[in-house]
Amino acid sequence: MENLQLVLPEIFLSLSIMFLLIFGVFKKNSSRLVQSLSLAVLIVTAVITFNETIGINETKLFNNSIIIDYLSSLMKIITLLAAFLVLIISSNYLKTFQIFKIEYPILILSSVLGMMVMINSNDLIVFYMGLELQSLALYVLATFNRDQIKSSEAGLKYFVLSALSSGLLLYGCSLIYGFTGSTNFDVIATQLNSDVYAMTFGIVFVLVGLAFKISAVPFHMWAPDVYEGSPTSVTLFFTMVPKIAALTVFIRFLYVPFLNLIDQWQTILIFLSIASMLFGAIAAIGQTNLKRLVAYSSIGHVGYALAGVTVGTNDGIQSSIIYITIYVFMNLGLFSCLLMLKRDNQYYEKIDDLSGLSKNHPMLALSLLIILFSLAGIPPLAGFFAKFYVFKAVIEQSMYFLAIVGLLSTVVAAFYYLRLIKIMYFDKEKEKYDTDHGFWLKFSLTASTLLILIYFIFPSQLIEVVSRINII
Amino acid sequence: MIEIGLGHYLTLGAVIFSIGVIGIFLNRKNIIVILMSIELILLAVNINLVSFSIYLGDLSGQVFTLFILTVAAAEAAIGLAIIVVYFRNSGTIRVEEIDKLKG
Repeated sequence: MENLQLVLPEIFLSLSIMFLLIFGVFKKNSSRLVQSLSLAVLIVTAVITFNETIGINETKLFNNSIIIDYLSSLMKIITLLAAFLVLIISSNYLKTFQIFKIEYPILILSSVLGMMVMINSNDLIVFYMGLELQSLALYVLATFNRDQIKSSEAGLKYFVLSALSSGLLLYGCSLIYGFTGSTNFDVIATQLNSDVYAMTFGIVFVLVGLAFKISAVPFHMWAPDVYEGSPTSVTLFFTMVPKIAALTVFIRFLYVPFLNLIDQWQTILIFLSIASMLFGAIAAIGQTNLKRLVAYSSIGHVGYALAGVTVGTNDGIQSSIIYITIYVFMNLGLFSCLLMLKRDNQYYEKIDDLSGLSKNHPMLALSLLIILFSLAGIPPLAGFFAKFYVFKAVIEQSMYFLAIVGLLSTVVAAFYYLRLIKIMYFDKEKEKYDTDHGFWLKFSLTASTLLILIYFIFPSQLIEVVSRINII
Repeated sequence: MIEIGLGHYLTLGAVIFSIGVIGIFLNRKNIIVILMSIELILLAVNINLVSFSIYLGDLSGQVFTLFILTVAAAEAAIGLAIIVVYFRNSGTIRVEEIDKLKG
């Protein structure tokens, strides 16, 4: 008898999705109610995950196709919390565009379910099903503002490129299956034979597919377009939540089945990481749209997170998980600011619209200043520590080239963050923006700013949480 | 007579896969063609998996194929829906005219 308690979070989430969908369809005008219920579902799922699975030893279920261990529980909780925060601050934005429908929270819930399956997976089939469940929901989310040409074009582009990447990933999976004789990660690990070239091909294809999902250079081309075109709340979701899941899968994939081939994938990952860091820093300089800028900055940040994964030690993995967690909070703050740039039911997303923000909205400008400083990695803010842990892990393994390129690209990236600050504080002021934002938007901005600001007082808490992750 | 073995099936899979990938990148006309190319890629994977499964005498490859078929159907449905939405907004589905987002 399988221990079904351990997959209770997934079971609960999938049953709630079905219930909410039927409930929303049969009860008219229930979008607000469905939204609140979805928030409750996310919280309850996180609590169940915490209670049932956080303390237990590594357990495998369903013919070893699902793995429950500390890494998966922790990442599931982070995913759920991030999705909760996205959902809670997006309602005002959706109401403005009159797309506050029941489907929005339900689609977010189903993509979260997909991510949880992905995080749990210990088998190629389970992994692929989770990935597709996530992607299918995300295609629709990107198109959510369906009467607007930009949103539908974003959805179209995301669909085509993401489907292509799934295809590449699948081809890799088929080669791995063919040359190891199994889809199970543990069996693959024992059957690995680095002399077979097809294995290397398989790994490369799978890495390409994953790099697509995490938007690492050179597979980033969809990110700026999709981020710009999608509704801002969906962009926020895109920049945070799928990346948490994809990073976990990256870690699980490289360190469970392919640990013995580390020489072969390490080079690829170093290339991905360096290219993302450099490209994210340089390409963002010429941007005029804030959402596009965020897209390039997120490409850069993914590069830093990947640098931790390349290292091949537990320290590296832990540092990259810390990085992605801190990045989630910085992004949350940044998008809360973006969602506050609203005047007469219109949202502003050009860089010029920030001009002179400090005169009319000193508190908003101050929070944005702190968040941008943190994104640029200036001490003593949280973003600095995130980069510090990653580079410490990288330098401990004597990978100096990666560290030097990373530090240099931080300097380049600081340019465009500082330029935003200059525009906010020293350029001519514009008309005032609305100030009647919802409670949750203000709350998320304040909370994320404070967390970034005071992180340096108690950095050991987060380190302690992730230090129990032992993959190798 | 040539004995048809695993290698032939894999070559067929690889050829169809390449046709699919090239179809996505070279196609300048119609988005529906891209949808068909994606389908081709997934079918090439299925050929691979089934032939490996027979060759290895292991059923999980065929199970994987069934899952992929299901997902491909769902993906085609969502893709067509997105194309319809896009067509309603812009009145065209020519690939070279999809350029509203640039920068």
